[in-house]
Amino acid sequence: MIAALREVYGNPSSTHSQGQAARQRLEAARRTIAEALGASSAEFVFTSGGTESNNLAILGILRALAGKPRHAITTAIEHPSVLECFRQLEREAFEVSYLPPDRHGMIDPGAVANALQPQTALVSVMHANNEVGTVQRVAAIAALVRECRAAGQEIYLHSDGVQALGKVGLDLDVLGVDLYSVSAHKIYAPKGVGGLYVRKGTPLHGIQLGGRHERERRAGTENVPGAIAFARAVELCSADEPIRCSTLRDRFEERILAIEGVERNGPLAGRLPNTSNLLFHGISGEALLIALDMQGMAVSTGSACSSGSIEPSHVLLAMGRTVDEARSSIRFSFGRYNSAEEIDRLAEVVIACAGRLRKAKAREVQLV
Amino acid sequence: MSEAAPIAVAMSGGVDSSVVAGLLHRQGNRVVGLTMQLWNQRRLPELAPEEGVTGRCCSLDDVYDARFVASVIGIPYYVVNFEERFEQQVVKPFVEDYLAGRTPIPCTLCNNFIKFDQFLEMADGVGADKIATGHYARLGFDDKTGRYQMRTSVDAGKDQTYFLFGLTQEQLARTLFPLGGMVKTQVRDLAKELRLPVAEKHDSQEICFVPNGDYAAFIDAYFKEQGLDPAATQGEIVDSEGKHLGRHSGAHHFTVGQRRGLRIAAGEPLYVIATEPSSQRVIVGRNEQLMRSSLFAREVNWLSIAPPAEPRRARVKIRNKHVAAEATLQPTSNPIRVEVRFDQPQRAVTPGQAAVFYDGDLVLGGGWIE
Repeated sequence: MIAALREVYGNPSSTHSQGQAARQRLEAARRTIAEALGASSAEFVFTSGGTESNNLAILGILRALAGKPRHAITTAIEHPSVLECFRQLEREAFEVSYLPPDRHGMIDPGAVANALQPQTALVSVMHANNEVGTVQRVAAIAALVRECRAAGQEIYLHSDGVQALGKVGLDLDVLGVDLYSVSAHKIYAPKGVGGLYVRKGTPLHGIQLGGRHERERRAGTENVPGAIAFARAVELCSADEPIRCSTLRDRFEERILAIEGVERNGPLAGRLPNTSNLLFHGISGEALLIALDMQGMAVSTGSACSSGSIEPSHVLLAMGRTVDEARSSIRFSFGRYNSAEEIDRLAEVVIACAGRLRKAKAREVQLV
Repeated sequence: MSEAAPIAVAMSGGVDSSVVAGLLHRQGNRVVGLTMQLWNQRRLPELAPEEGVTGRCCSLDDVYDARFVASVIGIPYYVVNFEERFEQQVVKPFVEDYLAGRTPIPCTLCNNFIKFDQFLEMADGVGADKIATGHYARLGFDDKTGRYQMRTSVDAGKDQTYFLFGLTQEQLARTLFPLGGMVKTQVRDLAKELRLPVAEKHDSQEICFVPNGDYAAFIDAYFKEQGLDPAATQGEIVDSEGKHLGRHSGAHHFTVGQRRGLRIAAGEPLYVIATEPSSQRVIVGRNEQLMRSSLFAREVNWLSIAPPAEPRRARVKIRNKHVAAEATLQPTSNPIRVEVRFDQPQRAVTPGQAAVFYDGDLVLGGGWIE
């Protein structure tokens, strides 16, 4: 990518030879990524990342269907870049059904079937949840949507695949979605690039105004070095990595779940290989996060709000956890560059910090 | 771990707490900056301030400032969210107190239940033995009595001991007030010397979660959010004989001693003498009817001295801006209830405010006015 920044400086929309060289590299990158997703080049639009992909998918398709259908279905556990689009649509007099998950964070395809209406235009269900890792039954939901379409309804399926890319086997043709969002930095490429899969024949209006880039679906000069890096990161994804990662994760969970008052959030199986969301009863997740960070270990609780403070996770609340339980939960994510030794060290530090926090808590309670 | 335990500094994004962090760091301490997110300023939209109003705690700008200051100093920094506890332990009691005819002091509740309680617990989490804040008060330890003691700030205009009377010995043992020995201009000079980007920032307002100090508007908005009708708090204005003089738009608009907003035409100036929650009546009268020669303080906390068994002379403040008045503290049969007998009657003794006892600059303790 550093070479690309230096050497591929042309604007891919320019006619001159430097521009043509950039165009070639951009299209080669697009082909690599599209193939890895089981799609064709024309079906892949580069964006600035997951948030833009989700915005483009949801707002773009509903603008393309302007005025006709007035209902959409999504879930209560989507990423804010999905949920906020639907909240905006509600303000524009659109009707939206938010499906609740079960206690493991799973959306029942039967609930989707029940929520479908003749005027439903869009279903948006994330492929894998970012906080607890639950992998949704997207193919089953896609079958429902296809049935409606076969009956003459104009209806499309979007899935936010930002967390799933590189962690679950992916063939979008088999999955059966019409729109699928991905982000490059989730597979170790730089931040600031992502993409949207748009199945052939799916109507989509660009949501930013400007030039006719990306087949009029995304105005703005393409991030060529980002695209090249994205493609390279896709090539570097190994099929064995998810298994290695889940082995590390399970080793960690086994040790932590052995201490008293710790529970898993999310399912044991049917989960992303890198995610472990744990509830430490009676401990502030924020305090544990800070204590771990002070020891050089970066973990997270819910999603950080704009101030950097932490709201109780809407995902855990939707799964039936109380506010206190949500505030006592921490998400551990493991990755390609974590070793078994690091995992063991992390487990040790987590156990020590949790113990210290429990003692501190007991002391405060005594004082009262 | 061989490293010294860090000090957790409560950073609001203002000048004072920024200087505390910078100063402790310059003195060679390990410092961790923490900002407490207490209240979502966007929650009650009708109270949204005009553009350009800043300096209220928990606004995004203040968090950005605190984060920026921490990065300039070069210390780790975190935001911690205490919004639910703050609502339960500060905002709700604040609203309920007004409805019960009292005039509450949310800052004291926040100190007792958030800043020197939840925050200490958070400090434990990061392995910090001590916390430091930008409060203007001095702390010391008396070898003879074995007690931690609190004294008023060197800067009398900034002194905040009135809001700190509820702290326990255990809390004082773990607390640092590095600014207690300075005056504000020195603090601002230090901020410049430490090159802190907030050196010129305005001082914050009195009650952080109430925009423009309009607590009645806050209570009305909070009521509406909770599905209650603010109009249900309206009632009669009467004199001390019960004679009807007019109507008011809610007892929470009034505090003892207030003259403003009564809208009654009378031959002489009228003041609020009391608000009566059971009947929702506001009782008004002449200025001399506001004078009281004694009061009872409940839930008394003795700070710098052991609970005295005998009557004790003290100077007593009944409001933050009140000039402490000479009085005798008279113990009652209840060890945490004290009768305060003033040498000279005091104007507008207000239920819900604190009576804080001083001996010179020493803060003896205090309680809530009944």
